[in-house]
Amino acid sequence: MRPTNVGDPDYFHKVVDCQWACPAHTPVPAYIRLIAQGQYGDAYLLNRASNVFPGILGRVCDRPCEPACRRGRVDEAPVAICRLKRVAADHRGDIEAQLPKKPAKTNGKRIALIGAGPASFTVANDLAPMGYECTIFERQSAPGGLMRSNIPAFRLPEHILSEELNYILDMGVELKLGAGVESMKALLDENWDAIFIGTGAAKGKDLILPGRDASDRIHIGTDWLDSVAFEHTENIGKNVLIIGVGNTAMDCCRTSLRLGAKTVKVMARKPRAFFKASAWELDDAEEEDIEILVNHSPKSFVIENGKLVGMVFEKMEYTLDDAGRITGQSVSGEITIPCDDVILAIGQDNAFPWIEKDAGIEFGKWDIPKVDEATFESTKAGVFFGGDAAFGPKNIIWAVEHGHQAAISIDKYCQGKSVSDRTPDDVKLAPTKMGMFEWRYSNAYDDSDRRKMRHVELVDRFSKLDVEVELGFSPEQIATEVERCLNCDVQTVFDAPLCEECDACIDICPVDCLSMEASGQPEDALRTALHSTEEEQALFVSDSLPLTGRVMIKDENVCLHCGLCAERCPTAAWDMQEGLIHIHHANDQDAGGGESLS
Amino acid sequence: MSSFAKPLIRRKDAPTNDLGLIRADYDGAMSTLCAGCGHDSVTAGLTRAFFELSIAPHKAVKVSGIGCSSKTTAYFLGQSHGINTVHGRMPAVATGAVAANSALSYVGVSGDGDSLSIGLGQFVHAMRRNVNMLYMLENNGVYGLTKGQFSAAADFGASSKKGEINEQPPLDPVSLALSVGATFVARAFSGDKDQLVSLIKAGLKHKGFALIDVISPCVSFNDHKGSTKSYAHAYKYYHPAIHADYVPVGKEITAAYQAGELLPVEMHDGGTLQLRKLQNGYDPRDRARAMAKVFETKDSDETVTGLLYIDETQKDMHALNRMEARPLNEIPYAELNPGADKLEALQKKFR
Ligand SMILES: Cc1cc2nc3c(=O)[nH]c(=O)nc-3n(C[C@H](O)[C@H](O)[C@H](O)COP(=O)(O)OP(=O)(O)OC[C@H]3O[C@@H](n4cnc5c(N)ncnc54)[C@H](O)[C@@H]3O)c2cc1C
Ligand SMILES: Cc1ncc(C[n+]2csc(CCOP(=O)(O)OP(=O)(O)O)c2C)c(N)n1
Ligand code: SF4
Ligand code: SF4
Ligand code: SF4
Ligand SMILES: [Mg+2]
Repeated sequence: MRPTNVGDPDYFHKVVDCQWACPAHTPVPAYIRLIAQGQYGDAYLLNRASNVFPGILGRVCDRPCEPACRRGRVDEAPVAICRLKRVAADHRGDIEAQLPKKPAKTNGKRIALIGAGPASFTVANDLAPMGYECTIFERQSAPGGLMRSNIPAFRLPEHILSEELNYILDMGVELKLGAGVESMKALLDENWDAIFIGTGAAKGKDLILPGRDASDRIHIGTDWLDSVAFEHTENIGKNVLIIGVGNTAMDCCRTSLRLGAKTVKVMARKPRAFFKASAWELDDAEEEDIEILVNHSPKSFVIENGKLVGMVFEKMEYTLDDAGRITGQSVSGEITIPCDDVILAIGQDNAFPWIEKDAGIEFGKWDIPKVDEATFESTKAGVFFGGDAAFGPKNIIWAVEHGHQAAISIDKYCQGKSVSDRTPDDVKLAPTKMGMFEWRYSNAYDDSDRRKMRHVELVDRFSKLDVEVELGFSPEQIATEVERCLNCDVQTVFDAPLCEECDACIDICPVDCLSMEASGQPEDALRTALHSTEEEQALFVSDSLPLTGRVMIKDENVCLHCGLCAERCPTAAWDMQEGLIHIHHANDQDAGGGESLS
Repeated sequence: MSSFAKPLIRRKDAPTNDLGLIRADYDGAMSTLCAGCGHDSVTAGLTRAFFELSIAPHKAVKVSGIGCSSKTTAYFLGQSHGINTVHGRMPAVATGAVAANSALSYVGVSGDGDSLSIGLGQFVHAMRRNVNMLYMLENNGVYGLTKGQFSAAADFGASSKKGEINEQPPLDPVSLALSVGATFVARAFSGDKDQLVSLIKAGLKHKGFALIDVISPCVSFNDHKGSTKSYAHAYKYYHPAIHADYVPVGKEITAAYQAGELLPVEMHDGGTLQLRKLQNGYDPRDRARAMAKVFETKDSDETVTGLLYIDETQKDMHALNRMEARPLNEIPYAELNPGADKLEALQKKFR
């Protein structure tokens, strides 16, 4: 293996597992340190620069960062990253003066943003302060997209949502409500400088089985949640069946309870290991006594005298291989389960009935528009897609990242520059050493368990539709949870010429992730030397060491960033340095970038 | 944060030994030695050897004297037995402990000052008696703890940190051991962990006294230019000559060697010691050859390391003195203390 190039901006970025896993690359450990110092406002603003909606995401983010968190490799549970984001939002104080502002003068470029979901709002957030005149067109009577219409208020209170949307509207963004766009061609005729399509993928899938058309008590989950959110639906029958076991199903079952249902059953076709819903959403539903029945495949609706009275399911049996994959299935019987309402929560599709086939925008498989994965440009120059509309249903944080990227493209497009000429990330290293065994981060390993979110008592929860279930973290919980973060962005930086080869770092390392080995060996030999099992993570290889010509190697997978190697090193060959990963948004594309470390 | 104790962390993929323990289970308290001290590396070698041999920590005993080296017994095997004795008196205390309970694994940790000056007499007699223990002599050429005076192991012509030259001949623990009948004599370097660990394992499995003279640089007082015990000097001149790999009973010998390259020595516990990389007919079972080899290289810069001499056939202290094999604490009280009459009878015999 050749020596590692730590100047590659991705190298240290990848070490920060949470930040790397976050689609918008939120600098998680940096904001956790700010929270630890009580600087909630700064923590909020640091979050906002990447993910735009810390208050919203601190409650309902899909949190891909958490399964990635390094802590999970040495402890039962990852850092409660999402909860800490909410802490920053809850305690941020008055930060409005520090938000990007409406510019004194616009630049005369008019941008149309279709759909008022997180994707369009992010584009507006990035472009409006730069002087672009952004107009958002929304079919509904209120903005927010699925965040308002589908994510229930008991998970995401309305005032939290509105507050963060208003920050962006206050930047001089025009919002047109009840303004569904019916024709792409007509829109093109309006001569916008650029168009962004953030209309989502809100067409819930239907389930065509015998009896489907004979009752109006069979609902499509996303539409039903929508009508609850906009107060068109205010109650539901006593017994409700939810078909499907994804996150939409979890919101449907919990909403049903709040509309008066007494027993709610979630019907899953497969065993638990195959559930699509996030673990915490399942936990929260089961805490509310929702029953989840596995291995039930829907067969038909039972209609008596024109009324829905139940549903027939086939009971499934599966054979699994050692890896847990399904290798075979059979039907072992049938069962009828009585019910008053059925809610179908089996997925969503994209649909663009308003984009004419000859509007110049090409569509590919599954009627998904052909969109460039880096620039988000469609096949028609100046028309960009993002959020669920681009590549099908994802989540809010992906919609945000799409928005950031589309904003870069729109700016470049409007300035007559190439949309594919984008500023690469760069990394800057800052020392953390304050003195002998003193660092400006909390390097000691704290073995506390993950703090558990407190919930509103069950009895109080169902009184109103919008009682927020999660209470947020207490001061004690905050103080403990911040210390669980390992500060993965404080990088171990090695300077080979300084090394005395005394072994002190290797000996002290609590996870045995360092070694010195003969140079020129292949990667698998080096991995074996470190008992390294996770090839997704890099193996650091130093330049040749001065005394023996060997190389220092390090398994980045398990390093705890505890700094003990640097503390025990007699020559400071190992040092702990904060790696600031600079990700360029639309407003700092000209700020240089691509600089490498010296 | 000021330096904190090395935390016990269980990597989810950490390798375990036959007892289901991980390497970190063999750690002790956080070291207070200078950062970069060779002794810490020897400590790490000891934890690894005990871990790899699957010796339960509570079946081990650590004994030491006074010095930075002697302090290190606190830094490994936190769950074992141990005693820190007065300066140079570790061998006597170890001898007593081994006599009382021979069923445990004993490791003595000492320095060149502790063993070769104040404790020289004790050190040689423990070898002579062939006490069943591993003796780690962490050799840095100075009294580290008292700020770097030359020890008796300082080489002729070596300079101190302040520049004075040592004009007295050194005491070499290896030739000393060979001359007083030690049955396992090895030399190692703290910077070569693989060699060190295999020697420790072999020494722990040897029935009798096993000496490992480890070059273990003192970064604070003897790591300068002109020192013959610095890292730079050791890396430049140390020469691993005879490797010793301990293979437990029933385990396959995997690596392939050319004929004549490999010399197996059968150990008391049924395991085998594979000696390899032997130069032109060198046989570590031949004491005269070992002596010759050590003297040949004495005046050159080259430091030969590895298992220089082994004799598995000699009786250890227990066998020699026909001592009780059972630990005293397992012998029923009546048998252990047969009463005043028996004592009276015994005393009569000697009058
Ligand atoms: C039930 C449910 C729960 C979810 N829970 C979570 C969660 O907890 N966490 C998470 O991260 N993600 C969740 N998601 C996914 C998340 O809400 C979406 O991925 C995200 O909102 C997509 O954002 P977007 O900006 O692409 O579009 P959307 O949020 O879908 O917004 C699109 C907007 O465009 C409008 N629109 C559509 N067509 C037109 C038109 N022709 N003219 C004008 N306006 C139009 C729509 O009315 C809508 O307001 C959930 C989704 C569902 C269905
Ligand atoms: C009886 C007695 N005499 C002298 C001392 C002072 N003293 C402490 S450590 C030491 C020498 C230790 O040298 P060494 O064994 O080589 O240990 P190192 O610190 O070099 O590892 C001496 C002389 C003492 N503690 N007790
Ligand atoms: S420990 Fe902290 S920095 Fe590391 S992955 Fe987890 S949250 Fe991120
Ligand atoms: S910071 Fe250094 S000592 Fe700590 S885990 Fe990482 S490599 Fe090991
Ligand atoms: S003084 Fe020397 S021997 Fe003692 S701890 Fe420091 S480096 Fe080690
Ligand atoms: Mg010494």
